Amino acid sequence: MTAVRRLATVLAAPLLAFVVAGVVTSLILLMAGDSVSRFWDALFRMPDARNFVNIINNSVVLYLSGLAAAICFRMKLFNIGVEGQYRVAVFAAAVFAGQAWLPGYLNTAVAVLVAMLVGALWAGIAGLLRATRGVSEVISTIMLNSIAGTLVAYLLRQVGERRGETMTTTPLPRDSWVGGIPLIPGEASKVYGFAVLAVLAGVAYWLILNRTRFGFELRATGASQPAALASGVDVKRMVVMAMLLSGAVAGLVGMPLLFGTDHAYASTFQSGIGFTGIAVALLGRNHPIGIALGAIVFSFLIEQSNVLDIVAQVSPDVVVVTQGVIVMSVVIAYEVVRRYRNTAEQRGVARSMGGPSGKQETEGVVA
Amino acid sequence: MSESASVPAVELHGVGKSFPGVVANHEVDLSVRRGTIHALVGENGAGKTTLMKILYGVQKPDRGTIALNGEQLTLHSPTDAIEHAVGMVFQHFMLADNLTVLENVILGAEGLYGIRDRARAKVAEISRAYGFELDPDELVETLGVGQRQRIEILKVLYRGARIIILDEPTAVLVPQEVDALFDNLRELRAQGNTLLFISHKLDEVLAIADEITVMRRGTTVASVKPSDVTAHDLAELMVGTELPSPSTAESTVTDQVRLELTDVSLVDPVGRSLLSDINLRIHAGEVLGIAGVEGNGQTELVETVVGIRRASTGTIELESRDITGWGARDRRGAGIGYIPEDRQRHALLLDSTVWENRILGHQTREPSTRGVWLNLRGARADSARILEQYDVRTPSVDTHMLALSGGNQQKFIVGREMSGDPVVLVAAHPTRGVDVGAQAAIWDHIREARKLGLAVLLVSADLDELIGLSDSIQVILRGRLVGEFDPQTVSPQELGAAMTGAEGEAS
Repeated sequence: MTAVRRLATVLAAPLLAFVVAGVVTSLILLMAGDSVSRFWDALFRMPDARNFVNIINNSVVLYLSGLAAAICFRMKLFNIGVEGQYRVAVFAAAVFAGQAWLPGYLNTAVAVLVAMLVGALWAGIAGLLRATRGVSEVISTIMLNSIAGTLVAYLLRQVGERRGETMTTTPLPRDSWVGGIPLIPGEASKVYGFAVLAVLAGVAYWLILNRTRFGFELRATGASQPAALASGVDVKRMVVMAMLLSGAVAGLVGMPLLFGTDHAYASTFQSGIGFTGIAVALLGRNHPIGIALGAIVFSFLIEQSNVLDIVAQVSPDVVVVTQGVIVMSVVIAYEVVRRYRNTAEQRGVARSMGGPSGKQETEGVVA
Repeated sequence: MSESASVPAVELHGVGKSFPGVVANHEVDLSVRRGTIHALVGENGAGKTTLMKILYGVQKPDRGTIALNGEQLTLHSPTDAIEHAVGMVFQHFMLADNLTVLENVILGAEGLYGIRDRARAKVAEISRAYGFELDPDELVETLGVGQRQRIEILKVLYRGARIIILDEPTAVLVPQEVDALFDNLRELRAQGNTLLFISHKLDEVLAIADEITVMRRGTTVASVKPSDVTAHDLAELMVGTELPSPSTAESTVTDQVRLELTDVSLVDPVGRSLLSDINLRIHAGEVLGIAGVEGNGQTELVETVVGIRRASTGTIELESRDITGWGARDRRGAGIGYIPEDRQRHALLLDSTVWENRILGHQTREPSTRGVWLNLRGARADSARILEQYDVRTPSVDTHMLALSGGNQQKFIVGREMSGDPVVLVAAHPTRGVDVGAQAAIWDHIREARKLGLAVLLVSADLDELIGLSDSIQVILRGRLVGEFDPQTVSPQELGAAMTGAEGEAS
């Protein structure tokens, strides 16, 4: 297959999904009696500098969340628990860093490790349950999400302090904050310094999955468990490892927010990132660049929808529908494209290799 | 053919079906008289399943004709088959545990007798007529295997089937349940139904069938009456009577022991014995063939040697090193090549490229990997070498595995498993389902490797293969090695007797 054709089959599915999502969203707007043209004008207006920075920042967070989900998707494990994992992780990191036991950036670095460790352990519970007792990781991670929310709320009351209406952990010392990158000159809001962390995580994800033996075994387990087993992969151990790794990356999700803007964990800490990350991973086909594009698309939609009710008198919630339709259609479209590619390839091989092997099936068989 | 009674219920003539590179069915002739129990026997892979799928409308034949009750027709789908009163009872039950017997029977056939009183009356009527003793309101989850099977039969009868195909119905049953099933089947026959009974358990076939058709290598080879044959006549028919002359090449067997199993046994989690007291030794340059009727422990033996299963007792030594406690990866790294019987499930990643498949099972070895890193260039270059040396026909190493024909997939696996100087090759049915050209090539490769000092454990159901390749043959029966034979002198009768346990121990 030529490079152009390969690129076309890669891009066909998401493009198709966007078109379908556009049509469905327009239909819903029509049915609700809203103005379709004003909606799209508002959604696709040029973001100004501040919106632009917001889109990037939100993409960074979603990207980490998408990576976490993608690690498990690569071996057909469904870690629905990124949500809970990042919450317990960021809480633990906030409590740790707030104590300021260590100076400056050392405090930051160790707090990030704490977050990864806690995220990994929280996900590891589901991994262990799956490996030892056969408990579906879908069920256990969903339940662990619920437990995580309650547990963090409880612990926050125990160790946190009251600030007005909300509970919050001890704020981080100033010298542990991670400063922003002034990407756009003259614009006050800055891009998270931890955007670098997301890039590094993406590179590591690609490297580990595509270039190491461990990554190969993980992908092989996802592609065919019996084949992986026969090739010598300890599948149960792999389940636990994948969950740990996924949880560790999930632990990073809250870091840009904690060290960049919030500087403490409060009951108002942004939620829902874990679920959106699943959608982003699906959209990006678990590919490190695909996930980045998916994260940008989702952040763009979220950011642009903020002003919908002012500019177009449309509820911003309709964008959630758009996102949902994108994900649903992209899953279907990927499958359609995959089948098309498979049959095309099979036919291609048969045509170019029209040799005797595979043709003379019945000869020489004695009845 | 004027009398309806003399018109066969099922008549197949010259039926053929092929998939890319795979022999499925060819020249199949089958005639099933109405109101009889007709058994279809053959090894796994002999083409029984494909034939049944054709009869049930799942697969369409490429050639040949199908006639039901004298009417020639084409079946397009199972729904079509059901309309022509053909029903199938699958080996793996398709029942919803949380529904009652009645609900399971009605499910999917609500249009026939509704879902209320008429349906209940019909279910009760069938159940009574055949002595099924099923309570329509009982939950399926509370029922045993035998009762579940009766529900499956009830389901096809409810849908109006008069020709019932049973796919290895006794495989899941204990002996008492088998007797009960046979009573049911006789009752069904007595009331004019036609039964097609698929099995490879010869004693059972002899006990229940009115007629027996034997399949081998995709075609029907004989139709016999149970009164005229013995179990080992059938075994012979199944595996072939014309024994090939063994390879005339001089023996390459040396005195270096490469693989040794001592008192190996394997017990499953429920406590049933799968392998007992296996003792065998394979030397460098030796091919040890394992013969046996399918399901007598061959798969378990292979998986125990490769390390997918761990022996319950006994020791396994590779080149005098005790590897009993090693996992599959270490064993393969130490030089055990493995050609599994189900290549698509156990030896390949179908959605991955050829070069990625080169790495599979060789994750710890050059040239696929270097330490913890994959060596893409090495894997690609070595894949290209395999394509070339083993005549695997595919445009490039970037082709996805599923685009290759079965024969080419298998040649690639053989090439991969021969890479990196294996010490022992474990080959389970290495040429099953591949075309003749690929088969000959694979045999040549195994002979060649043997000459260079490879030790081979060969499990096969194909006597041509066993006798043509092996230096000695061991017969496995119910998880035990029951006899050793010299392929130069063995007769099919001797093998047949040992494989079926018909006449005591032969050794």
